[in-house]
Amino acid sequence: MKNDVVVELKDIRKEFPGVVALDRVNMKIKAGRVHALVGENGAGKSTLMKILSGSYGQYEGQIILDGEVTFFRSEKDALNKGIAIVSQELNYAPELTITEHVFLGREITDRFGFLRKKEMIRKTKEFLSYMNLDYDPETPMKKLSVAQRQMIEILKAISRNGRIIIMDEPTSALTSVETEIFFDKVKQLKENGIAFVFITHRLEEVFAIGDDYTVLRDGHHVGSGLISEVTMDDLITKMVGRDIEDIYPPLPGHKQDIVLECRNLYSEGVFSDISFYVREGEILGFAGMMGAGRSEIARAVFGMDKLDKGTILINNKEHKIKSIQDAMKLGMAMVMEDRAAYGFVGVRSIRDNVVLPNSNLYIKNGFIQKKKVADDVNKLIERLSIKAPGMETLVGTLSGGNQQKVVLGKWLVRNPKILILDEPTRGIDVGAKQEIYQLIIQLAKSGMAILLISSEMSEVISMSHRIMVIADGRVAGELKKEEATQDKIMRMIMEEGAKNA
Amino acid sequence: MPNKEQKAQKPFNIATAYRKYGIIIILIILFTVSAIINRNFLKPQNLINILKQISVVTIIACGETMLIVSGMIDLSAGLICTTSMVFSAGLLAATGNVLLSMLLGIAIGVVSGWLNGFMITHYKLQPFIATMATTYVAKGLVQLYTNGKAVSGVEKIRFLGQGSIGFVPVPVIIMIACVAIVGIVMKYTKLGVAIYSIGGNEKAAIASGINVNKMKRIIFMLNGALVGLAGLVLMARLMSGQPSVGEGYEFDAITAVVVGGTSFLGGIGTVFGTLIGSIIVGLINNILNLLHISTQYQLIVKGLLIAGAVIVDVKTKEDKKSK
Repeated sequence: MKNDVVVELKDIRKEFPGVVALDRVNMKIKAGRVHALVGENGAGKSTLMKILSGSYGQYEGQIILDGEVTFFRSEKDALNKGIAIVSQELNYAPELTITEHVFLGREITDRFGFLRKKEMIRKTKEFLSYMNLDYDPETPMKKLSVAQRQMIEILKAISRNGRIIIMDEPTSALTSVETEIFFDKVKQLKENGIAFVFITHRLEEVFAIGDDYTVLRDGHHVGSGLISEVTMDDLITKMVGRDIEDIYPPLPGHKQDIVLECRNLYSEGVFSDISFYVREGEILGFAGMMGAGRSEIARAVFGMDKLDKGTILINNKEHKIKSIQDAMKLGMAMVMEDRAAYGFVGVRSIRDNVVLPNSNLYIKNGFIQKKKVADDVNKLIERLSIKAPGMETLVGTLSGGNQQKVVLGKWLVRNPKILILDEPTRGIDVGAKQEIYQLIIQLAKSGMAILLISSEMSEVISMSHRIMVIADGRVAGELKKEEATQDKIMRMIMEEGAKNA
Repeated sequence: MPNKEQKAQKPFNIATAYRKYGIIIILIILFTVSAIINRNFLKPQNLINILKQISVVTIIACGETMLIVSGMIDLSAGLICTTSMVFSAGLLAATGNVLLSMLLGIAIGVVSGWLNGFMITHYKLQPFIATMATTYVAKGLVQLYTNGKAVSGVEKIRFLGQGSIGFVPVPVIIMIACVAIVGIVMKYTKLGVAIYSIGGNEKAAIASGINVNKMKRIIFMLNGALVGLAGLVLMARLMSGQPSVGEGYEFDAITAVVVGGTSFLGGIGTVFGTLIGSIIVGLINNILNLLHISTQYQLIVKGLLIAGAVIVDVKTKEDKKSK
């Protein structure tokens, strides 16, 4: 059973009006193994998985399930045949209990149509213990963490006899610790013969958990094989189609003048004793786990969240920042962590999104100067090489990387002195990442003081002159670029955790 | 120049095209069909009448457009319009001062707009609930003040409702002025930037430094001013303050907004579309009248029209997503 091919995708071709999304793609998924499906955004990963999970009925090629050519009429049909998809954004009703969620849509009833709650709870318990999870089956979904909900989602798939579980970016919202627990579970489950398809942007994770890989580029199948036989550089080269010596460009030097200085920042129950400074042209990295308080500190400095105590100095002058408007007047800009929620207005155009924080710059006698706006936006599109048909294109229709460029661009129009970047490259492909790194370097060169928050260790180490390690809402330590390693950062985080435990 | 080339490459999309030109095409078709089936339709007097009839509701719809685009709604518009009408009628009858009574009418609108905005921004009430509450209070005040009887003695304001400049009736001029002003506000001002961004993604608007609460209050106050003005025009058209007229105008206004292509999900829509939407509704009512089709059928047609418009809205959204 183990290592047998359970499902094979053969010469899959899928066209959308005007584009070939997939062109003769092959993939063999084996029982008891984790198959990493990698590729840049728009490479066709999601399309391929939508075909495998029955969402798209129209395609050329064959799906061979257990040796027989199969066609899935719908997602439900695929599910009945053992293929389940755990998507990026989990949908759940917060008030439902775990049991209710797991049995949603196929509740067990007696012959009068009443629910047989006890039986459903008993069965949920069985599955929970099968997965070695010690949750109470009657806990409401809203009380679970994102990681726990992911586990329940997998449990749900297994409870429906899922043998092939497709996971689309399952770790994007998890902390490192949660990710490890999650991977442990996946490893346990694959021992039982379950096949996983794992879509991710984080290549480190591919190596942490993958057994096989398939790389797609622009809808083409560029390679498959064993993870143990490739290096990360190989994979990147395959994904991007060109050699990348180093994803990270070298850092330029910086000046000594301090632009932003924060002393003893404190917010009740969130962070305390936070002091740091950023110099002209310097990139200061905030390393740490998600939920360590890094974003919260930045948001408070930017005037978005309340600051209980602390002093903020800009160019050695003390300022009270009570609102985002105050922060903006002082020359600050911030690219927020959750791009879709805080970054842009998806139903509006690139132009409108650029104007959004900048209407003051374009107003003359109370009216917005459309001509000036158009000039600036066109320049911006060129400068950041935003791939879009034009400035009227809705931001919601762009790829993640281009959306992020718009978000960055709308702030750059203001020429900020201080730029806060919170997870600026999350969920965007390698190519766009590199472009954003180049841009950050350019901005630092021009003298901007940059605060870079990132959960990606290699990113924060390579892209910062200095690194502050934040753990449990405190500064756990500071490292120079030359001395920073992943190990040192992790150790600092652990030590801070132990101190506060 | 390179920009133009890029635009030409954009694939033709029926959904987007409909959003841009669809209602105008529908208007032209309706107009042509009406002209063919009834020869009275094309008479200038009839066409001017249509515009005159839709004027009050369209003025209210201008405000609703701003609100719905920014993700809110005003259910109290109809009764605030009535309140403005009866109280300013009372003041006019008592003092004979047209200017004073007009100021009162608009002030009533602005104050209730502020109140709605305050409840929504300060206490975080849903606009639906807050404005529904306002509706009852306004209705009570109107009843208390008028005892259900019309307020008369307002002849001095006749010009506002019955007058005309050239061949264009004053209410129509006011309506067009309102559409133009709100159109400019939405397209060329800071408030417009706020309206579209708050409706499209409120959090992103906040994170971009828009003072969302302040803007919401301003939108509601501007809406209130329009509603108050509508009350004055209504009074002048009826030549009295009628306590039972105005209720339900909010729904007629919302109908015009929705038929005009504004999305209820926020962030999308124009006041020009609302004007066209309002004309479409007015035109359908007019032709059904000319054909002696009873009001019951007109209601059914209106219902179908709203459902149709929303279905189109949802469909265009789907097309965008599946892209």
